[in-house]
Amino acid sequence: MSNAFQLGRRFIWAVALLLASATTVSAQDWIRTGTGLGVEKVRLAAADFKSSTQDPKNVDLLKTFNDTLTNDLDNAGIFDLVSKSFHPLQVPGQPSEVNSAAWNSPPPNASMLAFGNLGAAADKVTVQGWLYDLKNQASPQVLGKQYSDSATADAVRMIAHKFADEIIFRLGGGINGIAESKIYFVSDRSGHKEIWMMDYDGANQAQLTHLGSISLSPRISPDGSRLAFSSATKSGWEILMYSFDLNRMVAFPRFGGMNLSPSWSPDGKIAFSSSRNGYPNIFAIDGSGGNARRLTNDQGPDVSPTWNRKTGSQIAFVSGRTGLPQIYTMEADGTNVQRITDQGYAVSPNWSPNGQFLTFSWMRKYGPGEPGANDLYLMDVASKQWVQLTHDAGRNDFPCWSPDGRHIIFQSHRTGTDQIFTMLADGTNVKQLTFKGNNTQANWSWK
Amino acid sequence: MKHQMRTWSLLVFALGTMMFLGACAKKLPPPPPPAAPTAQAPTASLAANPNTINAGESTTLTWQTTGASDVSIDGIGPVDGSGSRQVSPATSTTYHLIAKGAGGTQDATARVTVSAAPPPEQPAAENLTEQELFAKNVKDIYFAYDKSDIAPDQQSALQGDAQFLQQHASIHITVEGYCDERGSTEYNLALGTSRADAVKNGLVQAGVAGDRIKTYSYGKEKPFCTQSNESCWQQNRRGHMVYEK
Repeated sequence: MSNAFQLGRRFIWAVALLLASATTVSAQDWIRTGTGLGVEKVRLAAADFKSSTQDPKNVDLLKTFNDTLTNDLDNAGIFDLVSKSFHPLQVPGQPSEVNSAAWNSPPPNASMLAFGNLGAAADKVTVQGWLYDLKNQASPQVLGKQYSDSATADAVRMIAHKFADEIIFRLGGGINGIAESKIYFVSDRSGHKEIWMMDYDGANQAQLTHLGSISLSPRISPDGSRLAFSSATKSGWEILMYSFDLNRMVAFPRFGGMNLSPSWSPDGKIAFSSSRNGYPNIFAIDGSGGNARRLTNDQGPDVSPTWNRKTGSQIAFVSGRTGLPQIYTMEADGTNVQRITDQGYAVSPNWSPNGQFLTFSWMRKYGPGEPGANDLYLMDVASKQWVQLTHDAGRNDFPCWSPDGRHIIFQSHRTGTDQIFTMLADGTNVKQLTFKGNNTQANWSWK
Repeated sequence: MKHQMRTWSLLVFALGTMMFLGACAKKLPPPPPPAAPTAQAPTASLAANPNTINAGESTTLTWQTTGASDVSIDGIGPVDGSGSRQVSPATSTTYHLIAKGAGGTQDATARVTVSAAPPPEQPAAENLTEQELFAKNVKDIYFAYDKSDIAPDQQSALQGDAQFLQQHASIHITVEGYCDERGSTEYNLALGTSRADAVKNGLVQAGVAGDRIKTYSYGKEKPFCTQSNESCWQQNRRGHMVYEK
């Protein structure tokens, strides 16, 4: 158990280590980084699942299942995944068929093996999956699972996500996987900027709002039951609320003035920017919209608050009070305001689930003649040391942490339109999730 | 997911090709670039020539789009994918073209500035409605990059606006704050709020009653023009005066 725990901590330490090494070379823009710094990733083979019935639907369902499982394990960022071209010809569908020697020696050289079978019968599908520790001949089984659901691509994809998350939980130091998490974002593909959602891997993209106005800054509540966002109404920008319990918009108090960029605290309060009393300042309200209180009181403009997701006791935000926007932190009651960026144009902070890091968008050298670019950065809040995560790849903005703290989702203009990408929190393994229209301001569910 | 598989099969193919050729390359080729979007995003452009006319004159709107199945211009309605049309707006107008296609939506705007009519045969001021007088006399206020204070070169426009509003005490207005395309969506909405408020405060200081003035921010959401150059950005950094009767 303590071994598994340490493994989980190692990723955090790897990021901390690369921050420490960054200070000595902070004159450079490019820094060699990696989640594997000093850590050996588990070498895992994910064998294609086999058919366990004669149903003709199995072919398509197996393809969906195997693609989803492999992609989830690859995305996790904690495995050295064995290339399928190295897999032995005989693939096991159940424990009696496992040939440990063939998987455990080169070329696959795997130390862990995931395998199983899938079978449709009538309109139901049953999936059996195992995880084997190949180095433990005496009792190799780490995991054995059985799932049943309707025989559809969506159900099979969800089973693959669940099995992947079980494996990631066991081998990733007890940190829950993210394969069942959701992404909320803004898309203009209907002709208006509306709120959309999708699975964490870009599948199942669906439109949530049909307001025909401009809707921005979606933020999902910690329990996943409500989505707050900001929308241009007749009287001004207001915070609106969508309920996933009711699958529709629900009433929420209107504040007057411009109300922007809501952010949830871990215990369900909301901070946002409001000009209801004059200058755009940071306010906080209860989850019901009541008990409004002002946290900043200056000319601002103050916008884009983000709570410390672990403690809920601090808020980072953006302010233009000294000129170009910079990132500040304060206590949740508005005291002890500290500026944490020292130059350039810094916006869109997002606090990591472990409370240790901020990620944000920074044009670090903004000014005439400077080669400025909006890139994403990671800062250790206590030491204010930072590393650059994106390089030479268009304008990047609105980074947001995954629930496991291992990934960051963000928008980038690198393809010529705004699209949503994910990467590991060290900037590697970048993947594009959206392709149609312009897609921005992605927000990752809390679990 | 599809992209994942495609990348994968390309890699396998590349590896196979290398082995077939018996090449002794030590490294795999770099992974291929991300798969192209399935449908090309539409493109759209819209121009007005000339873009400054006198009231009563006409100008020619010309537009081109590609990859769009559904093209429309606000105030004109559905139009062909490319074409041109004579328009004679009575007041300064921003024409807004929306091109929708399988690959998404693209829009383009063109601003036609309408100057006061050429020397009228007889002073017609008495015949103009308040709204027409407003359009003729009230000027928008422009801002420097990332700034929300009224620059010295905008003071005369602001004082002129205040004077007009004092002479026409029944007019209510909305000041809309706009920003250029650079920087973050959320920060620009807050900055646009500050710009609109700065214009309102300037008018109030010059003697206009505050309850006649509403403010709104569009940040960088509804630009007056869509090119990426300083002259266009300057057009978009403004407090825009809207007549509300």
